Amino acid sequence: MSIREKIGGILKQYIMVIILVAILLIFQITTSGALLTSVNLFNLVNQNAYGMILAVGMLICVLTGGNVDLSVGSLLGFVSACMATFMTEYGMNTYLAIFLGLLIGILAGVWQGFWIAYVRVPSFITTLAGMLIFQGGILLVLKGGKTIAPLPESFNVLASGYIGTAEASGSICLAVGVMIALVFVFFQIKNYITRKRNGYSVNRIGSLLLSCIIVSAVLIWAFAKIAEQRGVPTVLILVGLVALIYYFVTQKTVIGRHLYALGGNAKAAKLSGIKTDRILFLAYVNMSLLAAVAAVAYSARMNAAAATAGTGTELDAIGAVFLGGASASGGIGTVGGTLIGALIMGVLNNGMSIMGLGTDMQQAVKGLVLLAAVAVDVISKQRTLDPIMNRIRLVFFNRL
Amino acid sequence: MTIPLIEMKNITKTFPSVTALDDVSFSLQEKEIHALVGENGAGKSTLMNVLSGVYPYGSYIGDIVFNGNICKFNQLKDSERMGIVIIHQELAMVPYLTIAENMFLGNERIKGKGVIDWQKTYQDAEQYMEMIGLHESAHTLVKDIGVGKQQMVEIAKALAKNVKLLILDEPTSALNESDARHLLDLLLDFKKNRGISSIIISHKLDEVVYVADKITIIRDGMTIETLDRSVNEFTEPRIVTGMVGRKMEERYPHRTPAIQDIALEVENWDVYHPLYNDRKVVDDVSFHAHKGEVVGIAGLIGAGRTELCQSLFGKVYGTKISGVIKIKGEPVRLDTVSQAISAGIAYVTEDRKSDGLVLKDSVQRNITLASLEKIQERGVLNFDKECQVADEYVETLSIKTPSIDQFVENLSGGNQQKVLLAKWIYAQPDILLLDEPTRGIDVGSKYEIYCIIDKLAAEGKCICMVSSELPELLGMCDRVYVMCEGRIIGELQRSEATQEIIMDMILQASKRETNS
Repeated sequence: MSIREKIGGILKQYIMVIILVAILLIFQITTSGALLTSVNLFNLVNQNAYGMILAVGMLICVLTGGNVDLSVGSLLGFVSACMATFMTEYGMNTYLAIFLGLLIGILAGVWQGFWIAYVRVPSFITTLAGMLIFQGGILLVLKGGKTIAPLPESFNVLASGYIGTAEASGSICLAVGVMIALVFVFFQIKNYITRKRNGYSVNRIGSLLLSCIIVSAVLIWAFAKIAEQRGVPTVLILVGLVALIYYFVTQKTVIGRHLYALGGNAKAAKLSGIKTDRILFLAYVNMSLLAAVAAVAYSARMNAAAATAGTGTELDAIGAVFLGGASASGGIGTVGGTLIGALIMGVLNNGMSIMGLGTDMQQAVKGLVLLAAVAVDVISKQRTLDPIMNRIRLVFFNRL
Repeated sequence: MTIPLIEMKNITKTFPSVTALDDVSFSLQEKEIHALVGENGAGKSTLMNVLSGVYPYGSYIGDIVFNGNICKFNQLKDSERMGIVIIHQELAMVPYLTIAENMFLGNERIKGKGVIDWQKTYQDAEQYMEMIGLHESAHTLVKDIGVGKQQMVEIAKALAKNVKLLILDEPTSALNESDARHLLDLLLDFKKNRGISSIIISHKLDEVVYVADKITIIRDGMTIETLDRSVNEFTEPRIVTGMVGRKMEERYPHRTPAIQDIALEVENWDVYHPLYNDRKVVDDVSFHAHKGEVVGIAGLIGAGRTELCQSLFGKVYGTKISGVIKIKGEPVRLDTVSQAISAGIAYVTEDRKSDGLVLKDSVQRNITLASLEKIQERGVLNFDKECQVADEYVETLSIKTPSIDQFVENLSGGNQQKVLLAKWIYAQPDILLLDEPTRGIDVGSKYEIYCIIDKLAAEGKCICMVSSELPELLGMCDRVYVMCEGRIIGELQRSEATQEIIMDMILQASKRETNS
């Protein structure tokens, strides 16, 4: 393999990471260093936690075969409104309210999953209907859309609190960062050794070490930065937990394999004895459950339940999944990629806000970046640029 | 010496990693049917894509001379303008448009600019359909006609473009014998009465022998030889020798049948069509098969063979299914695929790409897909074990792949078929239903698949094999059932079965059907 091909291969594999780094650098310059300050990193985490949780759920839906869920934003708002009403109006215990909120999420998922998986109403239509239904639900629960605020402190602390006291926060936070880095390195090396022992192809030991060092350094640095604030945000732990669980389920379990097979070739999956209807059903139940989890993070951060809560978040989630390299026809995509996609979306939002751009500009830029990033991804996965250039020449000049 | 209609001189076409065509030359006279044969991946389709402009001028080395002019095709439309039309293996029809609309797609009959002249469209369509003997209304939607008739529509579409040279890539791979024969006769008729030449790519050597004036054999991107009917004698062994580069003494491996106890019995099996549920697709079928036996199911396309297999395999196909399945003498209920798999049945689908394999996934993951419970513990997969399993099957079935991580879409048809077989062998079934196990793969790979089937039978597996290629059934099976219009109309022992007898049975049965 020539050096050029090698670089090309690395570019293709890590294109979205590179785009993320590029965006970080651009904003770091345009905001004169305000982006990567400790306080802003803290905000970045808090602002994007619920978006990441939604994106992971959305990934599961997309994996089943290009299905999306348009209702998650409204469902998030609906669950948020329900929980707020339970706690403020009925004086319900915080944990019970959250439990009921998650239950509502699961029930909503069962409802949508039933129509999509068993009646075979297209997911686009079912979830569009769901979006309208839950919007109606929000207005109903909030009695015509009156905002409920503030929420009980015991609730807010769960998702917008932090672990560690002001004095000890630095060391605890750093310890968590170092621990995560160590676990990462451990699994990388373990994987390397088992593959090598069984005689399968492995990356060079140098590139393995390099990736370990880079990832560890970034992790420890980020945690140290965040630690300068009040401690480890609880939502960060929540997101980390969700990421780990879904990484494990998608990559290491039978049900995860079934999911990829369903998206890769539904007929072949069915003929291999996979209960494809059930997988599709579970994907939607799971999506709605995660929407409810996201609702907890969202409401606690806002310290309120409002009629507009969650509006449009479904589109950010879908954008994140495709930025993360998922295939629109299903069967391709990873949790890691999706989180990077969600981070790109989050950094864009955050960076432009710091720069003081208006919502108009922010929306347009986000749209353009989504288009450009996915186009770069599509192009980089083709062997050369020739086919695309040929198509362009044909269309515009009617010759090659 | 006449001037050739078309001449391809010293064509070399390389892709980033491989040389697909290496200095290939090819010429075609007017009023000639020229067959291109070769194993899969030999470069036949690439050569035709160069000729028709799919690969534009400049992306290959060499010249194409048509009617004395050097051609510089940039796209398909350029070659069509010269009267070269290519019909691909996978038909490009729009199912929800009518026959006439499909026929003039991209070549619409118009009045004024961009406005379709519907009257002329349908008039012309009927005229072309008459010409090729397709008796359907031009208003029929393409989804409602069979594959054979769709193929006819493609040909009518080519005629509508004033074709001079028709290129057909595997035109009969999805057709039954009578439709295929009709198509070949049409080509002969075109040659004789309309002066249309054809290039036909086919794996079915009997068809090539029947229809071709010349046969060019391609192997590994190079022309090996061109046989001429007026000079050489056309025989299948002669062609096969050229294709594989060695003498193939036997098309089918030899096996001494060791038939044991009864494995599968099916009694009074009825299946109705899933959409039109008053239409009986499988009608009162009863059959049985033994351990160690290879049983064939012959019949034309649409006879209900695939439907029979799929309805047995966990009722994947059909509604209102009734009848009894007995495995080793015990009646069983098989309502889902997983029940069928745990009862020891495997169904290897006829269409490996659309129904069998997850193309954008690795060899390893495809092999284990139907047996994940064997490599898991409490729902968590054991990757070490999965790799071992994949390695083992890649070796025993000699699957040619750079690694077990390779996506199956990058493998050749024969190797894809082996991956599919590996998947079902690993499920360790007692009974294998093989639906067209060698469709669209080359002679060498076919032989390897036959060896695998024989080995399975020798291990005491019960094998039921559906095939549209009668020689294959006769060469492989101990016993053959003949199906027609959803019913089993006969059963023949290996010793008494011949192609003529089977075709005759089918013709008699369908005649009775139309009379009654």
